[in-house]
Order: sequence, then C-alpha cells, then structure tokens
Amino acid sequence: MIKVENLRKSFGKLEVLKGITTTIKQGEVVAIIGPSGSGKSTFLRCLNLLEEPTDGKVWIGDQEITNRKTNIMKVRQNVGMVFQHFHLFPHMTVLENLTYAPMKVKGMAKAEAEAKAMELLRKVGLAQKANEYPSRLSGGQKQRVAIARALAMSPEVMLFDEPTSALDPEMVKEVLEVMKSLAHTGMTMAIVTHEMGFAREVADRVLFLDGGLLVEDASPSEFFSAPKSKRAQEFLEKML
Amino acid sequence: MGFGVNLNFSQFIPSIPFILEGVLVTLKIVALAALLGFALGIILALFKIGRIKVLTWLANVYTSVFRGTPLVLQLMIIYFGMPQIIGFEIDAFPAAVIAFGLNSAAYISEIIRAGILAVDKGQREAAMALGIPYKPMMRDIILPQALKNILPALMNEFITLTKESAVVTVIGAMDIMRRAYIVGGDKYAFFEPLLIAGLIYYILVMILTLLGKAVEGRMRKSD
Ligand SMILES: Nc1ncnc2c1ncn2[C@@H]1O[C@H](COP(=O)(O)OP(=O)(O)OP(=O)(O)O)[C@@H](O)[C@H]1O
Ligand SMILES: [Mg+2]
Repeated sequence: MIKVENLRKSFGKLEVLKGITTTIKQGEVVAIIGPSGSGKSTFLRCLNLLEEPTDGKVWIGDQEITNRKTNIMKVRQNVGMVFQHFHLFPHMTVLENLTYAPMKVKGMAKAEAEAKAMELLRKVGLAQKANEYPSRLSGGQKQRVAIARALAMSPEVMLFDEPTSALDPEMVKEVLEVMKSLAHTGMTMAIVTHEMGFAREVADRVLFLDGGLLVEDASPSEFFSAPKSKRAQEFLEKML
Repeated sequence: MGFGVNLNFSQFIPSIPFILEGVLVTLKIVALAALLGFALGIILALFKIGRIKVLTWLANVYTSVFRGTPLVLQLMIIYFGMPQIIGFEIDAFPAAVIAFGLNSAAYISEIIRAGILAVDKGQREAAMALGIPYKPMMRDIILPQALKNILPALMNEFITLTKESAVVTVIGAMDIMRRAYIVGGDKYAFFEPLLIAGLIYYILVMILTLLGKAVEGRMRKSD
C-alpha cells in the first residue's frame, strides 16, 4: 500500500508538486498520466525518496518514509523502480545485475541469489541471456532485465517511470506483456506512462496530473470515456 | 681543431649495466608513488564530490597547492626540510616516493573526479533505488565505470610521473638519471651517458604506452 498526504515538492522557487493526496491499495495498479512537466516523474521519485519531498507525508505499507527516523535504504529495498533508460550496470553481466543488490544489500547467499535471478529471467523470457553484458541486448531486452533486477529484491511495490518511452515501437509490446503479467501476480504498481491503451487495459485506476496537481483520480473506463476536467479532455484529444 | 663532434660511446659500454640498475630504482619509485597517488587520489576525489563542505574545501586546497608549486620544491621540502620538523632524516628513496605520491595524488584526484562525474547519473539513481548504500555503490558501480573512462588519462599521468621522476637526482636517489650523471663525472664526458639515459627513459615510456593500449583494448572487449 502507498499512502500520500498533501505531498509538495519544490525545486528552488519552482513548485512542481502542489499538494497531492492519494492512496494506492495493496495489489492495485495505478497509471499516472499527464502532460510533460506536470510532475509525474517527480511524484514517482518522491515515493522512494529519490527526491526529498518539501512537505507532506508518504507511507509505504505501514511505514512513514518521510519520517526522519526511517531508514531510507531499507525503504528503497522494498520499493522497486524501473527507469525510462533502464540504467543497467554496464560492467556486470545480466545475472550479476540481478544478484548484486540481493547479495550485497540483503546478504543473500550467492547460490540462492542466482537461483532466484534465473527464475526471474525465465519469467521475463531472458534466461538464455544470463551471461551476456547489457550492451549486447536490445532495448526491450534491457528493460525486461531492469524489471527483473528490481524484482530480485522482492519489493512490495513497483514504480515505473515511462518504461517504454525509450523503446523502438516493435519492442514496446514485450515489455508491456511482462508488466501485465506482473500486475496479475498482485503486485502493487504505480506506472507513469504515455501508453493509453495499456493504461486502459491494465490499470485499476488512473491519476491525471496537471501543473503539479492531481486533477483526476478515476477508473480507466470513467477517465477515458468521460474525463471530468477540461485539461484532461484536451490532453486525451491530443493523445488518442 | 677547437671543436667538432667528438663522441665516443664505446668507452661507456662497461658503464651501461650500472646505469641500467637505475631502471629498477626508477620503476620502484614510480610504482610506489603511483599506488600512493592513486589511493590518495580516490579519497580526494570522493571528498571533492561529497557533500561535506570542509572535506571538499580541504581537497581543493590540497590540489591547488600541489599543482601550484614546483615538484622539485616539494621534493626538497620533504627530503631536506621535513627532518627539521619530525626530528629524523628521511632516506632519498622514501622521500621521493612520498613527494611524487603526494604530488600525483593532486593530479589523479582531478582525473578521477571528472571520471566519476562523467558516469551517467542514472547509474547512481538505479543503485540508490535498489537500496545500495553509498560505499558499495561507489566501489562496485560508479568507480569501475569511471576508471574505465579515465584509463588513458591515468596512463598519461603515470608516464609523466616516470619522466618527472628524474628530478630525484637532486636528492641523490640512485635512479637512471643520477647514475648517468655519476658516470659522466667519472669520465669527464656527459653527453653520451645522458643520451643513454634518455634512450632508457624513452624505451620505458614506450613500454608503458603499449601496456596502456593493451589494457584499454582488453577493457573495450566487455562492451
Ligand atoms: N532536479 C530538478 N531540478 C530542477 N527542476 C526540476 C528537477 N526535476 C524536475 N524539474 C522540473 O520539475 C517539473 C516537473 O518535472 P517532471 O520530470 O516531474 O515532469 P514529468 O511530468 O515527468 O514530465 P515528462 O512527461 O516530460 O517526463 C519540470 O518543470 C522540470 O523542469
Ligand atoms: Mg517524467
């Protein structure tokens, strides 16, 4: 579960998030959409404290991560994140990318970490690439490895920031398929995306951000067929 | 004939082994100084990019001072000056290692700092998002990538160090340079032994250059 209460974030004088309140329930898949610069990435990055909120509170599970006493490292182990540009570790093989953090951070034994990594690689259809370096993979393959890498930490929650935006069109589908099957496992997911079809099909809820405000919070069917706000209507007209 | 080319290399052939022994001295000084400079350079670079202002300031002052004064002065301060403060003499060899090590740390820290900053910001974010603490993140993720990028610059620094190490002559360490000078003094002819020393330095530098290229080539293979 993710709970966000009156979340604000400023970069210097620029207020990017202007008080956002929402709850993402256990097992819920939430699509976050909105125009460029509306604060989607910033919102997502506040959920694992890659950005430090200026004000407001965030809970992951029953832990208030914005509390100063909370161990940020522990929180992040519990929150997987997938980036637009993958950010695989280029000097490590695919397998090492998956086993490094569980071994180093959680103290998992090598054999166990490797067994788990291979299982995840099979799930994303890349077991045969275990010993390749990331530079030998296509964009879609890289992103699937990045998803597996995040999952290797057994997070409670997964955050995705435009996971398919940097991919060639023909590779988008394979990544979305992996995300879809992850959604079916009951993973709690927050996904910033421009893939409206995917949001409509897979998300339980859509959050529409504009100018740092949460303008709409609705089911996909409501949002896509009858958006309430003018901004959302304009946005959808451009997108669809 | 008042002047004219009057070189006689053959009389120096017996002295060549004596000069060559200096290669080991030079290489030892350079290798140890490079190690010291590299270790200290990493620490200084981390200070420079870190958030602790005092350490950043300290590292910047250090770099500025060591780059802003002559190497031979630093060497002489350590060899001739320090005993006054610490109360005992330092041998030429450790003095040379310390002086070159401290000096090259200043240059190496700048190289490493630039190398770290050139690593994609996303690498750091990905590591942080996985909950990897600062130390292992730096050691296992950021630094290996930074080092790969700066290998040519580092190699250059070691080559410079090899050549500059010739100034240890002024404190009497028995390196290539010093030995050539001694031989010259014995025979009242400096041109030939100095040429021989020059040739030896040149060959050393060429070997280092080739070595650097080979290491670089091997690292390229992983991507
Ligand atoms: N580190 C930063 N420093 C200063 N300004 C920032 C920083 N990160 C984001 N911003 C600004 O905050 C605003 C929101 O950025 P954000 O990346 O959250 O938008 P976004 O909705 O994800 O946009 P996009 O769809 O283009 O990814 C933008 O105006 C951006 O320039
Ligand atoms: Mg964004």
